[in-house]
Amino acid sequence: MQSQLPLYPPEASNFAPHVDALMVFITSVCVFFTAGITIAIVYFFFKYHRKAPDAVGIPIHEDSRLEAAWMIVPLILAMAMFGWGAVVYVDYRHTPRDTLDIYVTGKQWMWKLQQPNGLKEINELHVPVGRNIRLILASEDVIHDFFVPAFRVKMDVVPGHYNTMWFRPTKAGRYHFFCSQYCGTNHALMGGWVTVMEPSDYAAWLSGSSGGSDQVVAGEKLFAEKACITCHVPNGTGRSPSLNGLYGAQVLLADGTTVTADEAYIRESILQPNAKIVAGYQPLMPTFQGQLTEEQILALTAYIKSLQSQPVPVKGSGIAPPTGKK
Amino acid sequence: MPDTHYLNATYGYGIRTWLLTTDHKRIALLYLCSVTVFFFIGGVLATMIRIHLLTPGGALVTPETYNKLFTMHGVAMIFFFLIPSIPAVLGNFLIPLMIGAKDLAFPKINLLSWYIYIIGGCFVLYSFGTGGLDTGWTFYTPLSSVYSNSAVTPAVVGIFINGFSSILTGLNFIVTIHTMRAPGMTWFRLPLFAWAHYATSLVMILGTPVIAITLLLAGLERMFHLGFFNPALGGDPILFQHLFWFYSHPAVYIMVLPAMGVVSEIIPTFARKPIFGYSFIAGSSIAIAVIGFLVWAHHMFVTGESTYAALTFSFLSYLVAIPSAVKVFNWTATLYKGSISWDPPMVYALGFIGLFVIGGLTGLFLACLGLDIHIHDTYFVVAHFHYIMVGGAVMGYVGGLHFWWPKITGRLYPDSLSRFAAVILFVGFNLTFFPQFILGYLGMPRRYHTYPPEFQVLNVLSTAGASILALGYLLPMVYLAWSMRYGKVAGPNPWPATGLEWKTDSPPPTENFHVTPEVTWEPYDYNSRPDLGLAAGKPLAPAHGDD
Amino acid sequence: MRECRVHRTGDLFGQFQTLEQQKETAALGMWIFLATEVLFFGGMFLTYTINRHFYFTAFGIGSNTLDIKLGGFNTVVLILSSLTMAMAVWSAQTGKKKLVTGFLIATLSLGTVFLGVKVIEYKQKFDHHLIPGHGFDMTYRSSHPTPADDPREIAAEKEEVEKAFASDLDTNAHAQLYFSLYFAMTGLHALHMIVGAGLLVWLIKESFRGRFSPQYNTPVEIVGFYWHFVDIVWIYLFPLLYLIDRHR
Repeated sequence: MQSQLPLYPPEASNFAPHVDALMVFITSVCVFFTAGITIAIVYFFFKYHRKAPDAVGIPIHEDSRLEAAWMIVPLILAMAMFGWGAVVYVDYRHTPRDTLDIYVTGKQWMWKLQQPNGLKEINELHVPVGRNIRLILASEDVIHDFFVPAFRVKMDVVPGHYNTMWFRPTKAGRYHFFCSQYCGTNHALMGGWVTVMEPSDYAAWLSGSSGGSDQVVAGEKLFAEKACITCHVPNGTGRSPSLNGLYGAQVLLADGTTVTADEAYIRESILQPNAKIVAGYQPLMPTFQGQLTEEQILALTAYIKSLQSQPVPVKGSGIAPPTGKK
Repeated sequence: MPDTHYLNATYGYGIRTWLLTTDHKRIALLYLCSVTVFFFIGGVLATMIRIHLLTPGGALVTPETYNKLFTMHGVAMIFFFLIPSIPAVLGNFLIPLMIGAKDLAFPKINLLSWYIYIIGGCFVLYSFGTGGLDTGWTFYTPLSSVYSNSAVTPAVVGIFINGFSSILTGLNFIVTIHTMRAPGMTWFRLPLFAWAHYATSLVMILGTPVIAITLLLAGLERMFHLGFFNPALGGDPILFQHLFWFYSHPAVYIMVLPAMGVVSEIIPTFARKPIFGYSFIAGSSIAIAVIGFLVWAHHMFVTGESTYAALTFSFLSYLVAIPSAVKVFNWTATLYKGSISWDPPMVYALGFIGLFVIGGLTGLFLACLGLDIHIHDTYFVVAHFHYIMVGGAVMGYVGGLHFWWPKITGRLYPDSLSRFAAVILFVGFNLTFFPQFILGYLGMPRRYHTYPPEFQVLNVLSTAGASILALGYLLPMVYLAWSMRYGKVAGPNPWPATGLEWKTDSPPPTENFHVTPEVTWEPYDYNSRPDLGLAAGKPLAPAHGDD
Repeated sequence: MRECRVHRTGDLFGQFQTLEQQKETAALGMWIFLATEVLFFGGMFLTYTINRHFYFTAFGIGSNTLDIKLGGFNTVVLILSSLTMAMAVWSAQTGKKKLVTGFLIATLSLGTVFLGVKVIEYKQKFDHHLIPGHGFDMTYRSSHPTPADDPREIAAEKEEVEKAFASDLDTNAHAQLYFSLYFAMTGLHALHMIVGAGLLVWLIKESFRGRFSPQYNTPVEIVGFYWHFVDIVWIYLFPLLYLIDRHR
């Protein structure tokens, strides 16, 4: 149980133990140095206190070995901190493949969160224990930041960019989340609760509170409404590449480079189609900048992602042929 | 006291002689008065912030007002107090004296800097008075350029203008140190205070133009609805952050390097021995200024910047920690076998080391990528930079004022009272800001006008500490003012110290030295200075220390 | 040891010991000032570079609306003015007092010509609704041709603009970004020219009084530094703004 004055928040995600261990490590090093310097100063202060008004100290100018030592030892410790911190960070920035995706939209001053089945919540987030959860973050106005202290994770929510963050909840319970990037008047009210549930409870909760429209269905509808389907024909016979199996694959571009088809790529291709042209295709697609709301883009993205398991046509797809095999 | 000195000679006391002066010492005093005004404004705002945070729901003001309080506190303190404090007051007063020059290289430009500062300050005060400012001192776009309803434009114009004050001061210092040194004042005989200001000036001249142009673009964006940083019009808000921090991280070194310079003067003076590792302390100032330019994106680890960029900037941020550590070790080693007194400036200097060590070391937590994900934008950051900028820079500034007060005014202040004030400051500071480290790790984000009730105990502690801290700042204001008239006459060199500035009258004459001084001794060398009247050269008797 | 004074004696300001020291100080001061100027413009160049990378097409069509003949003429004018400025410095150093005045006046005139041409260019942009703001319209010129316009040029521009709009509906916003940068960068440059012109007026006044000699010519020299720097900035601005995507 937490005491009345806890020193750290509850540990409720896969990252929490690592971050706390880092904290303990760096704190120990720092306490050691602070104590050492304090003891040295206090000791010297009393030991060499001025004995006569005209007394001077014994001149000692420099000692290169000592200087070298107190540069190299801290440097080694600093590199240890850097290395360990980097390992945790790289893990955090590298999202695993099998995630449960939740779309998060921040706006002054509320959070809209959407479960994979389309269920929408405001300032509340329900997630199951033990699953890798990925949040896909978009902002409708200024920069926000999604921060869950109990999970030790945060990520800025930047307008015009997609950021993602991930974590794996390890302990059921209710935890605060906050907006931690100052975003205007009610910044401090832009928070809520993450409820971590046992998987069975989560499934029951999902089915019990259905009523939200399905994200993928909404995306599919938009795909037809906006006439995307007239060019992006699934069997690859259209004027534009088929999107089957696109998500997560490597796309070969006109300039010979390849790019991974992730959310950022899909978003960019919708908003600025000519930024990256798929090899073998003409830059025909109009931009949809200003034509779609953030939520509609999210829905389209979800639909395109759902095509991942669809059969990829032999011709008429932008996906790069596998390389590395001769 | 000498009959004629810079305060009464040549021009007399009239207000015109002050407003049109080109004497660096008088300009320093103009700065002293004006930065004190801004310190006072910032201090009042800080007090209101701490009172408001006594209760979770907010005890004092509305959310809009709270946001304005912390924004205006940051702007007043950073741009109009901390950045000019030591350089423009103490640096201005002392650099020509320390290197044996009659004035700075460009005295008129020096006066111009002060006027630019005042004009910039007026714009900012106008913004404060007409609607206030609620963007945070960081002015992140598109909040500042599109969404905020407060008086952003005059504030941005004011900070833009003020930037040129900083640039011209830095330019003046660099040129002065290069070309105005007295005969015999070689680079490695320069006081470390001058080295620190040289490094500071490098940051001022190379960093400030970038913030100026950035704020200009953001201001234009706001005034004319352009889109440089507004994603709705195709701009990139992250670009603003890069440009902003390219200056604003090095700006931290503008604040703390001069304080390090002050401490590097005080410690050898009151330990009565040469500073340990002179060249390492001098070199570390330059190293901090240079590496300090390469670490800015560590403010952006969670903006979604590329992992490789984050790794690079984290690595470089750890490198910049080493020269700071070198300074602390060398100061500590200087005490070894010294003849240490606890005159008030020394108490401030030791207080500085204590607070700076904590502030600096907590920087290691924030530079650590894995840990920064959690503590970024929380009270941990708030505590960290207050330890550096208030614990470090302000402690150094107040310590420096105590050290050179006899030189500036010719008079001494009450000894025990000032020692007591230093201790109050140290204790009050730790009580105010140490709890904020814990608050931050518990997850309390910055810039919150209301917070969950579990954070209240630590917030109350912090506010209680702040009331002690306020006393620690008020006391010196009172007794230093008192001493100008009633203090004991100090004489040219009361401590005694070895620098050139102590070879002239207190207060100095307008032309600084009656004859151009010639430097024949190494810095902080008590043993070759019989003129100081100390037991110099003689080894300490066995009773006076270990062998 | 010399006695200290803080009063000016002849050309020597009180804080200095010798004229050489004074000259060295002034030159170093100007070099450092120019270093800050590089960073000042640098922030804008970075903003330009990043946005041009994002919106190359829009920047290209924005650039193509600029009048390359006027821009090229101005470039030649500025390079010439650098030459006359250098000649003024040389004349001052070699004591040719009349030539100093002449070359300074020539420099000032060329600078004024540059600013005048800039005004004509800005006026054109105003007429074509290319001033960033609510009236900004990339298609205005091609859809409202005047009799003075070359019909082929208008047709080419129309085609180009239409093509850009077909691929990027936000071409207008992105081209507006180009023009925001165009006006910010050339405006800041013009401001520097105006400051330079002010300094030249002062120098001309001084040189009429015959103040500059081989012993004392620091003001001419350091204003020369400044003038050359402002020219160099233009040498970068011209290709970056006028020559992005020229092929007609």
